[in-house]
Amino acid sequence: MKEIRFHGRGGQGAVLAARMLAISCVAEGKCVASFPMYGFERRGAPVVAFTRFDDKPIMEKTQIYNPDCLVVIDPGLLKLPTLFTGLNPNGILILNSSKIFDKQPNENLKLAGVVNATQIAVEEVGRDVPNTCLLGAFAAVTGWVGLKSVMASVGEYFSGDVLKKNLRCVERGYNEVKVTKWQ
Amino acid sequence: MAVKKFSSKYEAAWSDADQLLLCLDTGTWRTKRPVVDKEKCTYCGLCAIYCPPQCMITRKDFFEPNLSFCKGCGICAKECPRAAIVMLPEGDFTS
Amino acid sequence: MKAKQGELKVMTGNSAAAYGAMLCRPDVVASYPITPQTEVVEQLSRFHADGVLTAEMIEVEGENSAMNAVAAATLAGGRAFTATSSWGLVYMYDAVLQAAGFRAPVVMANVNRETPGILAVSSGQQDMIQTRDAGWIQVVVENSQEILDTIIMAFRLAEDYDIQLPVMVNYDGFYISYLAEGVRIPAREDVDQFLSVLKTQPQRTIMDPTRPIGAGSHGLMTEFMELRYKHCAAMDRAKKKFDEIDKDYGDFFGRSYGGQIEEYRTEDADFVILTSGSAVGTSRTVVDAKRAEGVKVGLIKLRMFRPFPQEKLIKAIKGKKAVGVIDRSVNFGWNCGPLYSELRALTPEIGNIPMLSFIDGLASIDITKPHIERVIDDIANAAKGKPYQAVTWIPLEERD
Repeated sequence: MKEIRFHGRGGQGAVLAARMLAISCVAEGKCVASFPMYGFERRGAPVVAFTRFDDKPIMEKTQIYNPDCLVVIDPGLLKLPTLFTGLNPNGILILNSSKIFDKQPNENLKLAGVVNATQIAVEEVGRDVPNTCLLGAFAAVTGWVGLKSVMASVGEYFSGDVLKKNLRCVERGYNEVKVTKWQ
Repeated sequence: MAVKKFSSKYEAAWSDADQLLLCLDTGTWRTKRPVVDKEKCTYCGLCAIYCPPQCMITRKDFFEPNLSFCKGCGICAKECPRAAIVMLPEGDFTS
Repeated sequence: MKAKQGELKVMTGNSAAAYGAMLCRPDVVASYPITPQTEVVEQLSRFHADGVLTAEMIEVEGENSAMNAVAAATLAGGRAFTATSSWGLVYMYDAVLQAAGFRAPVVMANVNRETPGILAVSSGQQDMIQTRDAGWIQVVVENSQEILDTIIMAFRLAEDYDIQLPVMVNYDGFYISYLAEGVRIPAREDVDQFLSVLKTQPQRTIMDPTRPIGAGSHGLMTEFMELRYKHCAAMDRAKKKFDEIDKDYGDFFGRSYGGQIEEYRTEDADFVILTSGSAVGTSRTVVDAKRAEGVKVGLIKLRMFRPFPQEKLIKAIKGKKAVGVIDRSVNFGWNCGPLYSELRALTPEIGNIPMLSFIDGLASIDITKPHIERVIDDIANAAKGKPYQAVTWIPLEERD
């Protein structure tokens, strides 16, 4: 089973990204469970979303305390003191940022994929909606789900022109993510 | 039974409002923060009057936001007659 | 003959509730939004706008009207559905009591959330507990698929000629209502067929202009008691009926859930945990882990809460060395968990074994694996005859 935790702010599409990932996994024959935890349901408030996938049905209904992968949609959330708490060894981070890491932020973090999803979203969609771009980066860096499945899952939520623009974001995230590895 | 230590002195969901009415760390809600250009500020006080949580602090000849509570709504920037306040992404202030 | 497998779609618990209701072709839907149930109303509205749901959608200004509307609709012979949570359930309370007393076979999804008294937009089962004496049939489920399936079974149960009682399908707010999982959607024709047995039964008493009746008459003395007696008897019959419906559902759709309770690894267990809702799912994984270490623990999932499955629980727990109950609510007057205090009433039949109450998961506090490991360790100690604490408020002790 893999456990992925998404960190964002209300309005950035963290919950939707977690759900799209779940749909991608189901398309590839996996079992999934995905849910958000909000404090106050308002724009700007920190949101955490959890997605689990496995080959067999998922029973646990708890939040994720030992993620295998973190997806951080708002770079400001990097300063959360508990962000990396419980990260599994060989942990992966997918981050929306314009700057790559100069040093390893946590000893369990072995792989980081950084992409300026905000800029890509603004260029392609015209708004700061970084979530679909980050899903593309996720597919590229983890290899846990295919690009086609991710794109199909995006198609469940958008159509027409908006869909085309978001699909470009996914592809650009997939192709432009910069990967850093640590031992 | 076993629970002996409590975090609140009250028996019910009451709170002490005589010191601070704001007991939430609303500063963490911000995605943009107001930055005041001290040169342009004429100390007119309109930003302070319009600020919904009343968190503009007076600094003798200019105002600046109390970042512990400022939620980044941007009303101060919109109302400033001198355009002395700009809203900048919070991410710019994080390393 | 078996039902088709059905389309697989990723959806939340709330969405599954809306699908379940839609598939049963209700005649009337009247529902008011409240977090964490709102998506149920939104999805039903979407179905209606798309022509998939042809019910009369009554836009009500509050939950009290919603329950009055759906109860009345069933008394006129229709099928009706509504959904609510906590404060909404409280606001409709008099109508909830009326629905039961009138024997109106409404089906309602209740998304468990903490009730008024302490403002909280978070999960907890207090709303279900607080309504336990309303005279409704109440069931509690564990995941999105079970919500959809149980709502279909709920209509089958509520409208059964031998039952004629409203049914509440409870599921945890936030942890299940917003949980997206892959869910099989039964085909509409198959649901029609599953419910078609109701048409072969005698017509229940309804308000029909061609055959006028008085409904809601005054109850006097022994006549009043007679009606209460019949209500209690119908509730009692619901236990066996629920088991039968669950089995039929399994035979036809390929999914069954055990009826009143599900027993997980209890046969050779030394001691057992009893719980309901989302905590069951997590408990399964911890029970498996403990079993792998050689600890002989079992899990009982409480599905039917009203009527209380006495016989099944006695049979499952008698002979065990101890039992612990995880409650997601409180029993104020007994200073313990409510399901726990109900289980204690069966002590004469079960035997005087250690029974432990664990209160956890209030206000969306997560009932985590370490919490359940602690529960198992405590029950294990009690089973060995060591001193134990009767009531434990897990998150408060953990904090200290």
